[in-house]
Amino acid sequence: MNNVLAHLDWSPFFITLKIGLFSTIICFFLGVGLAYVSLYMNKRIMAVFDSILTLPMVLPPTVVGFFLLLIFSRRRPVGMFLYGHFHIKIVQSFVGCVIAAFIIAFPLMYKNAKSAFLQLDKNLIYAGRTLGLSEFKIFFKIVCPIASPSLFSGAILSFARAIGEYGATSMLAGNISGKTSTISQQIAILVQNQNYLEAGIWVAVVLFIAFLIMLLMEYIQR
Amino acid sequence: MLELNVKKKLNNFTLEINCSLDSNRIGILGGSGAGKSMILKMIAGIEKPDSGYIKLDGKLLFDSQKNIDIKPQDRHIGYCFQNYALFPHLSVYENIIIGLDNKSKSLADEFLEKFGLTQIKDAKPNRISGGQAARVAMARILIRKPKVLLFDEAFSALDIYLRDHIQEEIASILKDFEGSAIFVSHSRDEIYRLCESMIVIERGRITNLGNTKEIFKNPETKNAAILTGCKNISDIRYIDENTLEALDWGVSFKFSETLPKGLSSVGIRAHDFHPVWGKSEGNIFDFRLKSKAKLPFEDNYYIKTGGGQDITWLVQREMKELIEKKGLPDFLKVDENDILLLK
Repeated sequence: MNNVLAHLDWSPFFITLKIGLFSTIICFFLGVGLAYVSLYMNKRIMAVFDSILTLPMVLPPTVVGFFLLLIFSRRRPVGMFLYGHFHIKIVQSFVGCVIAAFIIAFPLMYKNAKSAFLQLDKNLIYAGRTLGLSEFKIFFKIVCPIASPSLFSGAILSFARAIGEYGATSMLAGNISGKTSTISQQIAILVQNQNYLEAGIWVAVVLFIAFLIMLLMEYIQR
Repeated sequence: MLELNVKKKLNNFTLEINCSLDSNRIGILGGSGAGKSMILKMIAGIEKPDSGYIKLDGKLLFDSQKNIDIKPQDRHIGYCFQNYALFPHLSVYENIIIGLDNKSKSLADEFLEKFGLTQIKDAKPNRISGGQAARVAMARILIRKPKVLLFDEAFSALDIYLRDHIQEEIASILKDFEGSAIFVSHSRDEIYRLCESMIVIERGRITNLGNTKEIFKNPETKNAAILTGCKNISDIRYIDENTLEALDWGVSFKFSETLPKGLSSVGIRAHDFHPVWGKSEGNIFDFRLKSKAKLPFEDNYYIKTGGGQDITWLVQREMKELIEKKGLPDFLKVDENDILLLK
């Protein structure tokens, strides 16, 4: 056991953490922004908009991965464009990991932000307007602070979802050691190779992180 | 000075208000869901009319034809919300200064003092009482020196004692306030007390418009009669040009003058009945007591009538003593001038 620990490659841990961090940051700003914008849409458009954005929550992650592959493959227009003009490679890369995790985790952030905004007493926004506050000030000084507990739980949940992502990531980014190999993918490979000891160590790490996250959620909801 | 000519489609009906009022203390009375708040929100610019124009104290705030729609931020209107809409995450002090530029923030201490809020200036809104919340709301509005004040059911959540005090404070604030003040309420007392003129609305339309005291004295419409507190209303049919039959009560009323055409009902306020012992004639009801409700300072008698609908008689203190002495009356009489003729 000590021997295994001494020689363990910790890169999946840092890769997973980095993916979680980057995708959560994108989720947070995009989720909060789009949720707020959607409040001003007319009801029918809003329903379609919401359905599209939260679709990844109910789709099998492999299906999401399939679509992402279709879009970003270097043999297709978008992938070709990104690689040709910016030299950005999505498939089989770290950026691919972040994109996959982001798409899968986004609905959690969006839904939390949206329900927080919908619960907000509309009169507070109206009061802000009649008191002369700009829409910008209303959003940052009134809406966001009041909604902040929900926004933070949304961010934590999407972080949790992002670091656990397996299906879409494995399809889009593959499992390249030291580059795209996340903890989830590592566990799958280890079990396939019947290396239960090392898989168990990773499982313990994941359990520990999950516990910390739930603890944080409890703390925020108090 | 309010000129309103607006149309807006709501869920159940279309709001269509067209009026012009010279007074600057205006009440809007209506039942729940009649569209009162919507009118106020359109004046404040929070809601947009589908078409029409809004002119207040000589300033055009909205005109769909001229494409004018001044932002609520620039209308200089103070809006007092039903639940006060204090920002829950900010302290009393922060709530009051949130709409001020840095220069005016020095006014805060003066306003905190004036509204008796100095002690609680650091408290969050959920830690203060309803009366204090009402004062914070007023301070937050008045510190910005608005040109117009709008009150949207502002004191309805307060208990009677507090409401009376806050209304008195508002009345004294209004003495020094030159702009228009508009009150939306379903409380007739509040409107009677604070407003010179009023409009009464029902399902998005005006049923009455004019001097407040006049409308209370002679409501003219069934809607206004109910909203001004008339407890007894009956449908009618004409017997001749001087006589009406109140269908719900099974009695006829004779009038000394020719009745106007087009009446649909009559109303009698609960305190306008006079007890008669012995014989009587004229506009009378047989006194057939159904039940009696004891209120703190008066009694409500419910009287059975020939038409199936009961009438309510409000018995005040002196009358109570009289009944204790003489027993229940034989008839209730109504003076013809106290019968409200309603369209």
